[in-house]
Amino acid sequence: MDQIQKTLLEEIADLHEVPAGAYNIRANGEMAGRNTTANIDIVTKEDKQGIDIIIKSGTKNESVHIPVVLSQSGIEEMVYNDFHIGDDCDVTIVAGCGIHNGGDKKSQHDGIHSFFIGKNSKVKYVEKHYGQGDGSGERIMNPQTIIEIGEDSYMEMETVQIKGVDSTDRITKARLADRASVKVIEKLVTHGKQYARTYFEVEMDGEDSSANVISRAVARDESYQIFLAKMNGNNKCAGHSECDAIIMDNAKISAIPEITANNLDAQLIHEAAIGKIAGEQIVKLMTLGLTEAEAEEQIVNGFLK
Amino acid sequence: MLELKNISFTVEENGVTKDILKDVSLTIDDKKFVAITGPNGGGKSTLAKIIVGIEKPTSGTILFNGQDITDMSITDRAKLGISYAFQQPVRFKGIRVKDLIKLAAGDGISVAGACEYLSEVGLCARDYINREVDSSLSGGELKRIEIATIIARNTELSVFDEPEAGIDLWSFKNLIKVFEKMHQKEKTIVIISHQERILNIADEIIVVAAGAIKDKGPKDVILPQVLHGNTLEGCKHYND
Repeated sequence: MDQIQKTLLEEIADLHEVPAGAYNIRANGEMAGRNTTANIDIVTKEDKQGIDIIIKSGTKNESVHIPVVLSQSGIEEMVYNDFHIGDDCDVTIVAGCGIHNGGDKKSQHDGIHSFFIGKNSKVKYVEKHYGQGDGSGERIMNPQTIIEIGEDSYMEMETVQIKGVDSTDRITKARLADRASVKVIEKLVTHGKQYARTYFEVEMDGEDSSANVISRAVARDESYQIFLAKMNGNNKCAGHSECDAIIMDNAKISAIPEITANNLDAQLIHEAAIGKIAGEQIVKLMTLGLTEAEAEEQIVNGFLK
Repeated sequence: MLELKNISFTVEENGVTKDILKDVSLTIDDKKFVAITGPNGGGKSTLAKIIVGIEKPTSGTILFNGQDITDMSITDRAKLGISYAFQQPVRFKGIRVKDLIKLAAGDGISVAGACEYLSEVGLCARDYINREVDSSLSGGELKRIEIATIIARNTELSVFDEPEAGIDLWSFKNLIKVFEKMHQKEKTIVIISHQERILNIADEIIVVAAGAIKDKGPKDVILPQVLHGNTLEGCKHYND
């Protein structure tokens, strides 16, 4: 693995070396490393690009890393990764994609991650997207996450895109069984002329299921973000979605919530706030000796923390 | 030493020009504790904002230790050694109490150091250090954190705009101690206040009303007048 790929790995998965536990590293469209454990198996798909990650029932405190890096300009790929997580598990999954595009051709990674989570399991899923390189070729990522959460299971998804992705269409769909719950935390920053569309769709089918979708977004320069959150309460359930966004320069953000109660005992809340950084926040930090630019940086960093 | 020379501040509201400050001149000597008092809307807060650079005077000059700071930015004044405690402290999403205190103290302060400042304003550091400076804090808590940031800055001049507002009685005693301690450290303190107990520990009192200095002098002379209402007017139409 070359230095560029190593840098990308650090950015998306905080990996400085081969991770502990199970992993599968995909570089420029090919497998660049894999490890399986007694409880976690990784199998290459035969009918299409991608892998099956099979986590045995009862697997606790284990992790799987499946980063993807593209450092060659002009690669376009569509990858299917399926996670089969048994009952009574407690696992952390770290995915992510880093693109370095130093050329003039478009580099694109489209990934569809499907999660099939059994009963009484706990899954933490972390996904980071990052782009770099000074070529004129676009860096495009379109991640799709399809989640099915079994009875009494919980999934927390943290998805972050801070830098360098020119265009992204992010789709997350979740379906919840009885007493299942999902929490999604999205942090998104766009700059330049970037475009980002986020679409959440949660079907709360199970009794006492719950969903909490939180998005914190910052749009700078001429970038444009659109946030769509659709929640359907099909049973006695609790749903909350929140879009909190800062706009700077000439950026634009749209937030479009849609909450539907299909059951009398469904409780659904949506909150959205978009605005520029409050002037008094900048003034306060300037009275502490920060310049205006430093104050803005502190405020944005804090907001995204 | 802080000198304000012929400071005027005018705003336009709906096409009407309004004088907020009218030719105000005053000198605040080093290491003095000066309280500014007077009726609401008299121009006290504007005066404080002009000292720290949040507002620019329409005319007049501000000198800090002999240096003309009239056109200097808020940042540069802060770096010169001027601190300002907001009347209504600002809330931030995601910035924690310890982040704010660290920013105030400058680089290299430890968490233990930050805790000390919180203790001084009567907050249990363990409960607050990792909390976000957001709407989960009450007005009184926020106010005390604001004062902790000023203690952390430890600058030559500190300006407080109504520090007592929203502070409960128990904390009030602490607040007095905080100011006394700063005063003992030979720092210059300017406090805008309506509180007799704060006015009572000042060296000097300045009375600002209707955009002008109505009276100024040693506390022992001015405070009795303020308390007996000889200095401040009530409703100007009352005796009509």
